[in-house]
Amino acid sequence: MNKIFALAGVVIKELYRRKDFYVLFVLTALLTLAAGAVNFFHDDKIVRYVKDICLLLIWVSALVISVVTTARQIPAEREARTIFPLLAKPVSRWHVIVGKFLGCWLATGVALVVFYFFFAAITGSKEQIWPWGAYLEAVWMHWVMLAIVIAMVLLGSIYFAAPSSTSTITIIVVGGVLLLGTHLNTIALQQPQPMQSILATVYFLMPHLEWYDLRDFVVYDMGLVPVRAVALATLYGAVWTAIFLLLAWFGFRRKSLNT
Amino acid sequence: MTAILRTEKLRVEYRSREMRQQTKVALAGLDLEVGAGEVFGFLGPNGAGKTTTMNILLGFVPLTSGSASLFGIDVRQPIARQRIGYLPELTYYYKFLTAEELLRFYAKIFGLARHEADQRIAELLKLVELEHAAKRPIKSYSKGMQQRVGLAQSLINNPDLLILDEPTSGLDPLGRMKVREIIQRLKEQGKTVFFSSHELGEVETVCDRVAIVHQGELKAVGTVAEITAGHENLEKAFLKIVGVQNSPLP
Repeated sequence: MNKIFALAGVVIKELYRRKDFYVLFVLTALLTLAAGAVNFFHDDKIVRYVKDICLLLIWVSALVISVVTTARQIPAEREARTIFPLLAKPVSRWHVIVGKFLGCWLATGVALVVFYFFFAAITGSKEQIWPWGAYLEAVWMHWVMLAIVIAMVLLGSIYFAAPSSTSTITIIVVGGVLLLGTHLNTIALQQPQPMQSILATVYFLMPHLEWYDLRDFVVYDMGLVPVRAVALATLYGAVWTAIFLLLAWFGFRRKSLNT
Repeated sequence: MTAILRTEKLRVEYRSREMRQQTKVALAGLDLEVGAGEVFGFLGPNGAGKTTTMNILLGFVPLTSGSASLFGIDVRQPIARQRIGYLPELTYYYKFLTAEELLRFYAKIFGLARHEADQRIAELLKLVELEHAAKRPIKSYSKGMQQRVGLAQSLINNPDLLILDEPTSGLDPLGRMKVREIIQRLKEQGKTVFFSSHELGEVETVCDRVAIVHQGELKAVGTVAEITAGHENLEKAFLKIVGVQNSPLP
């Protein structure tokens, strides 16, 4: 495990030494602050609308940070040829994949905690309510969803040549799943065969990232999601993450290290 | 003599883009043995199969047939690299890290305890004369300094076998002297050094034994005295073995 943690440590160090992370972070913080500072907090509808916008911003920022950071990990190792002295140590390609995953996931987790803490501080200071349980569940589910996304990006980065291609494709796929995921089975039922079967198969085979979106629970004060549901969603997320990581390892195992 | 590096009938084939996906043989049944405590020079013209052999030993590329082992462990097992150090020809390190951070990272990879790592890092930074720059990012280093970081990282685990790929390539005379000194010191400590080089004079000075490969085949192996027997020096012997009789230049 020390090899995986060492690799994850390097990923985190690289991330906090890069300027683009801070730019996105500061931008999100400023927009959240600006939204929170608007003095509409006497109207419930506007309060919810502003909270919704802030959470959407957090979702977009966290997605961009996780995708962009992860997409460049393996290609950068191969391009800068740092993979050679690394694999000349007692490090397997599985260690590299898992170490990169862990580093990106932990870094994204830190960013999420800061984003949500900032959001909670702004809304709490205005509304004087502190639903910490709902926030905790929202952060946890969001983070589990990002684990699936990060593993998916790692898999893409093994097969696509450029990090930009991996980032673009993943953002489109994730966006598609988040927007269509809940409706795809309904849409499938309205289609003639064989489209109905195809869409139904896609629905049952795709990772349901939309299940992790608890923004409405936070915005509309809908209380807490049952712990059992959170645990099942976590297990579901772990299985998808493991599938993507195994596929990434399988591809990386056969991949030439030269670019 | 205990062989700590061994290849048997090692064959490597790959599909070449230049040759319209035809199979190219990089190594054709290479048999090699390097004993404990030897300084072994691995020579050959460009494209002879030296880098492929090193890549196999380090697990970078898969072998087609035959076998290769380090300390009796198949090179495909990462644990085979637990007791080796590797210095690539060019510097390939995380340039956003400082030298100290890079060494600490590799120390963690090898599972060194913190106090042991601290001690080892201090020793190595002193050895490669980078104590003053230890906390500066590697990207701010000169080429020579980056090579010295490379040397330090290759020694972090106090390896029993050091694999050096063109270790003095691109170094100034002082840097070359430093590398030779380190090889000499490792030899005195009973460590094994396996290195490829085009600097035949240097090989003649430091090596116990040498092997010459050409077109993927082992053409000669023996002590420097055995290889140079009947020739003026190692360079003349090398040219004869790889089939170049006369210099094309006047």
